[in-house]
Amino acid sequence: MLSRTADSLYWVSRYVERAEYLARILDATTRLTNLPSAYGGAGTEWQSAVATAGCEDTFAKAYGEANERNVCDFLSFNPDNPSSIRNCFALARSNARAVRTALTSEMWDALNGAWLELQRFERKRMDREEFARFLDWVKNVSLAFDGSAYRTMLRDDGYWFSRLGVNVERADNTARILDVKYHVLLPETEQVGGSLDYFQWTTMLREVSALTAYHWVYRQAVKPTLIADLLILNRRMPRSLASCYENISRFLDAIGDAYNRHGPAQRQARKTSTNLANTPIEAVLQRGLHEFIEDFITENNRLGNVIVEQYLQ
Amino acid sequence: MVAFDEMTGGEGGLRAAYGELDRWLKEAPPEMLALRRSQAELFFRRIGITFAVYGDEESTERLIPFDIIPRVLTKPEWTKLEKGLRQRVTALNMFLADVYGKKECLKAGIIPPELVYRNACYQLQMVDFQVPHGIYCHIAGIDIVRVDADTFYVLEDNARTPSGVSYMMENREVMLRLFPELFATHRVAPVDNYPDQLLATLRSVAPRSASSDPTICLLTPGQYNSAFYEHSFLADKLGVELVEGSDLLVKDDVVYMRTTQGPKRVDVIYRRIDDDFIDPLVFRSDSVLGVPGIIGAYKAGNVTLANAVGTGVADDKAVYSYMPEIVKFFTGEEPILKNVPTYRCREPEANAYVLDNLEKLVVKEVNGSGGYGMLVGPHANKQQIETFRKKLKNQPEGFIAQPTLALSTCPTFVASGVAPRHVDLRPYVLSGANGISCVPGGLTRVALKEGSLVVNSSQGGGTKDTWVLDA
Repeated sequence: MLSRTADSLYWVSRYVERAEYLARILDATTRLTNLPSAYGGAGTEWQSAVATAGCEDTFAKAYGEANERNVCDFLSFNPDNPSSIRNCFALARSNARAVRTALTSEMWDALNGAWLELQRFERKRMDREEFARFLDWVKNVSLAFDGSAYRTMLRDDGYWFSRLGVNVERADNTARILDVKYHVLLPETEQVGGSLDYFQWTTMLREVSALTAYHWVYRQAVKPTLIADLLILNRRMPRSLASCYENISRFLDAIGDAYNRHGPAQRQARKTSTNLANTPIEAVLQRGLHEFIEDFITENNRLGNVIVEQYLQ
Repeated sequence: MVAFDEMTGGEGGLRAAYGELDRWLKEAPPEMLALRRSQAELFFRRIGITFAVYGDEESTERLIPFDIIPRVLTKPEWTKLEKGLRQRVTALNMFLADVYGKKECLKAGIIPPELVYRNACYQLQMVDFQVPHGIYCHIAGIDIVRVDADTFYVLEDNARTPSGVSYMMENREVMLRLFPELFATHRVAPVDNYPDQLLATLRSVAPRSASSDPTICLLTPGQYNSAFYEHSFLADKLGVELVEGSDLLVKDDVVYMRTTQGPKRVDVIYRRIDDDFIDPLVFRSDSVLGVPGIIGAYKAGNVTLANAVGTGVADDKAVYSYMPEIVKFFTGEEPILKNVPTYRCREPEANAYVLDNLEKLVVKEVNGSGGYGMLVGPHANKQQIETFRKKLKNQPEGFIAQPTLALSTCPTFVASGVAPRHVDLRPYVLSGANGISCVPGGLTRVALKEGSLVVNSSQGGGTKDTWVLDA
């Protein structure tokens, strides 16, 4: 297939996944700030939401204070924020339109419909209830798009590139949450923390929609070590780094098999995947959670670049 | 000026081809027609023919109104038209081969040499270059107007990158879905084999170096081009890659497309980019739409461009006026399709007549298009006429003039009910190594405003399905 087609399919999925991730951050942060201040931590949740979205610099230039109104506007609608939900949908649709015939009509309908409907929400002042509805809608668009891809695409390179996009983006997002909030998961805070950190922890789980999953997997109270285990190493948890890399490796191998050629992308993905599979959480914590995550983000970016070099240009 | 009505024949009668349709129209309640029309619109939205409309700021494309009442041509009418179209396109290709080759028509004085040599579309790059199978204009759209039961005129030849064929196909698709009962009472010649014919045409002109299964692609200026929908529609129906300039690269005079499995050689390019933009190394250096080096590969005979470079010299308005002579010279036959009578203002006696009759004539700039630089005498005021009088005296060679034509009308479903509206017709003619083909009918454009003769979609024009009855 054309490299540009593969590139667009890859980025359509990345942008939709990113939009959903932003919606979940905003949802979880709103919830956290709704708590009485005694439970809510240091009052820097909105700043931390911007950091988790990975756009502190752009935000600082556009707004002064990181408060609810500014951050919600910035992450949802601001046309100058390249990664706002609005721009994610706009970029996804524009990529989709350029390769319209490589998408199934269901996928196109999901994106085009979302783009049309988005005008309805455009940047007006919303009360919390409206905003919550908006965030639900964003998550539903992502579900509809992802579901139509899963149900209607031919299982060939187009599908695999699209799934690669989802998983590379997802791994990046989970890693960002860990990067910004690793300190609340450190063993020493467990002693200091108490109830205050409990809500920080559950917020992290909500950001990857894993609060219920946590209880099913560990059947005990929320503990930082286990959260780290769930988000990093647990392969049953679809947003964990290990699960994302299992998928990335699988889809890259499928492409390599179909093209009769495996290259640096396959090797890089396999290396990271094996590493995640063979490292116990204790070792991760011993080595330093922050260093581990920073290394992971570097490796994940490197893989993104290798995929581009090998296939998309 | 009374126009010929294709249903009634103009005297309140009923022409045979429209018998069934007339009966059906009389029985069909207006609410049903209105309902079907909104269903048709919904259909177009869903299949995406309108997707450039979808509210993004960058795009200016709109939904082209569709009229649900088909335009009907009989088999004998079409047979004659088709014969004329084949003859005309044959002559167009021979003319192009000649002006870039032996130049016999210039030597024989059929057409003044300066009209060719000083034409902005005449490409020196093409002089003495042999295009594969001698075919320049693989895809032609010939605009036809009708003025009475027997007379069809060619209004314009489109020899560069004619568009609209996707509407011809989608119009039929929507009619088949909405009015199955009409297709049960009419034997309508199908049009859905157009993509197959186009693919066969493109394959037939692949360079000799290509394998028996040549790689074909469709080159588009990109998604912000107004015809992008058509480009993606055709690529999809042809089963070929839809590429932008940046998807192609040229190495050692061979064109490749960038794929996920590395560069893949391309043999035939159906390009929907104008000459000026196709190769920044040869034509406009500021073009970001084209492919640097593609003309080098073309001239090395490693890739076929359809249409060829430089076909614009054949669809110029001044050259148009010589088409009857051109057809005769190259085919040795009388032209089957007439030109609209045209006064070449470059000829003193013609110009004198034009100056005396400005209020009755349409005056067109030789190099103008899209209705610009045009005087419609009967609708113009004194000042406009005087302005043109001055222009014609100063620079007569820049203009041609034609009588104002009474385009034929067809029954059309408008706000006030079913009423006659003026129409034209653009059939699509394909020329390949194995001959010429032309699906029956083409795209009928209709001026939806009462009395209007302007069928352009930018000025309130719509489209209709065009039926050629098989029996």
